[in-house]
Amino acid sequence: MNDRLKTLSRGIIDVSPLMIPVVPFGIIFGIIGMELGLSAYMTFGMSIIIFGGASQIVLLQLFSGGASSLVTITSVGAVNSRHLLYGAVFSEYLSHLKLTWKLILSYVLIDQAFAVSNTYFKKNKNNKFKHYHLLGAGFTCWTVWQISTVLGIVLGSVIPEELGLSFTISLTFLALLINDFRKFKNIVVMLVSGVVATIGYNTIPLQAYIIVAALSALLVATLLTLINLKQK
Amino acid sequence: MIFLLKEDILNYKMKKILSYVPSAIFPAIIFPPIFLDSSGSLDLENNPKILAAIFAILVGYLSKNIIATIFAGLTSYWFLIFVV
Repeated sequence: MNDRLKTLSRGIIDVSPLMIPVVPFGIIFGIIGMELGLSAYMTFGMSIIIFGGASQIVLLQLFSGGASSLVTITSVGAVNSRHLLYGAVFSEYLSHLKLTWKLILSYVLIDQAFAVSNTYFKKNKNNKFKHYHLLGAGFTCWTVWQISTVLGIVLGSVIPEELGLSFTISLTFLALLINDFRKFKNIVVMLVSGVVATIGYNTIPLQAYIIVAALSALLVATLLTLINLKQK
Repeated sequence: MIFLLKEDILNYKMKKILSYVPSAIFPAIIFPPIFLDSSGSLDLENNPKILAAIFAILVGYLSKNIIATIFAGLTSYWFLIFVV
């Protein structure tokens, strides 16, 4: 019991500093949801059901832009697809667990929890209870996110727009990319994605700019990977 | 959904390509709000968001610290819009 508790607390402690930008992020989501006319229950429901900041924001952006369901679902799916990568990486450490564990851990797994637990798992491969780290980190993220969303719903129009809190969203995702800034191929992929998205924002119909940008960038990534493998 | 997959279904090549997913997706969310103004046209002159973002990238590259990056970006942004 003690080892489980220690690992769990380690998870909570490790992820806590990363929760600081999550709070304004969640608040903004709550505010935008209400501004768009969604009911408080709907907005909160999104945080519970989807539990993915980027996906929820994108959903709101597309919803307000009048995108069709198909485009919206595909875009949100595209944004969420990075979780496939997280799952693939974690299957090495967690594939032995029972289904219930897997379902719970998958639900609470988000970017920040992945970041800290991945570091922990790599260093503590022999810990029988290492999955408790992800449980602690994930549930901390979940709790902070739900509370922030509710705060946003309640605060609504009280926070002045000039603070530019929506810039925080761009910043948070920029910050999650810093590990990839040092890799040349990743920078190329990022530029393709960003430029296509910016140009496509106005030129691509049906608000499909996210999907198009992501696919273009992934195409470039695939080409770069194959060229690289051929050289070796 | 994620790790209902068995361990080896994703081979080396797929994992390599999947590792680019964040780099492929996030900029699509990051770039438009920074470079486009509220009417959707390109806003390159005197845009505090671009400068703040560049500063944040620099800090991120050097510090490798997520909190520092966000903090640097926010403070430089507020500085630019309130002071300059």
